[in-house]
Amino acid sequence: MSPTNYLLLSAVLFAIGTVGVLVRRNAIVVFMCVELMLNAVNLSLVTFARLNGSLDGQVMAFFVMVVAAAEVVVGLSIIMSIFRARRTASVDDANLLKY
Amino acid sequence: MTTSTGEAVAFWILGPVALAGGLGMVFSRNAVHSALWLVLTMLSLGGLYMVQSAPFLGFTQIIVYTGAIMMLFIFVLMMVGRDASDSVVEVLRGQRVSAAILGIGFAALLLGAVANSVVVPLAVGPAPGSNVGNLGLLIYQRYLLAFELTSALIITGALGAMVYTFAGRAKAKVITQRERVTARLLGPPEKYGSRSGPGVFATGDSVATPALLPDGSVAPESLSSIIEATARERLGHATELAHAGDAHDQHARDHEPHHEAGHEAGHEARHEQSEIQGSQA
Repeated sequence: MSPTNYLLLSAVLFAIGTVGVLVRRNAIVVFMCVELMLNAVNLSLVTFARLNGSLDGQVMAFFVMVVAAAEVVVGLSIIMSIFRARRTASVDDANLLKY
Repeated sequence: MTTSTGEAVAFWILGPVALAGGLGMVFSRNAVHSALWLVLTMLSLGGLYMVQSAPFLGFTQIIVYTGAIMMLFIFVLMMVGRDASDSVVEVLRGQRVSAAILGIGFAALLLGAVANSVVVPLAVGPAPGSNVGNLGLLIYQRYLLAFELTSALIITGALGAMVYTFAGRAKAKVITQRERVTARLLGPPEKYGSRSGPGVFATGDSVATPALLPDGSVAPESLSSIIEATARERLGHATELAHAGDAHDQHARDHEPHHEAGHEAGHEARHEQSEIQGSQA
């Protein structure tokens, strides 16, 4: 088995996350799809680090995890405040700026 | 460079599981089911990290992602409500079909690019030394500035979450101690001190108010040794009774039935009696 398989798996997971962001209506599920995309990129970073025999890719993946944690905190609190204001978590209902 | 058989086995088990988790997350109607599918994906990704000689990232993935972040997601899902599933109505017509076509095209593009362009180099083993130690050296030496910046980022994130939590909540007026004292002194006089206990019919419970005996004289036990008591003459109606009581005790004893009758005798009498009994208490 070639290590390229990891990259292929990562690409497919990233595409799945993209489709999820496009298709799903629930803001929390959309957010989870973004997390899946971040994880797919992390997998490719780790694989590249291994192919190159250096650890820089792993450090990058580590920083991606840290940033993702901060992003989740802020994003979920935004979703919660929207939910408290409008009693909905659907991305279609947050349309105050539309008209 | 080919991988060992054990790694191939791990990949062919964990990879399909990760794929199934991703697909299940996108296609399950219930948001909680989506979260659980994503947990499955993240767990198997952690396993894949460990297989690729990145044990630190693998455990971090499991602890931080599946342990903390997905728990946060499920927490918020429970607060929003489990029933908050997707609406079936398509706002944009044909969005799902076009999204599926775009996704498949995107995946094909990525796969083709990766498969055709990545040249696997000669076999390079993992760096000597432990993975965690080498990562620590890198993070705290070459990437120290970035690492410090992430701490600022996390603090900002926590502050932002608190701002969003308290946003829109009307700020309650804070009453200062001075305002409280002023309001109490301007209010009705019963609020000066603490209230009398139950069963006590009193209008004044200050230490400076001496207790009056049934004959109207001041009870000496009720006088404080450090606080000057209110002069008996300033105790209002009780003063007249006190003078009468001083005259002779028999008269004070005669007063008792008068006070009993005072209940029907109108407001003035009731007031008088209440003051006396309060002083006795």
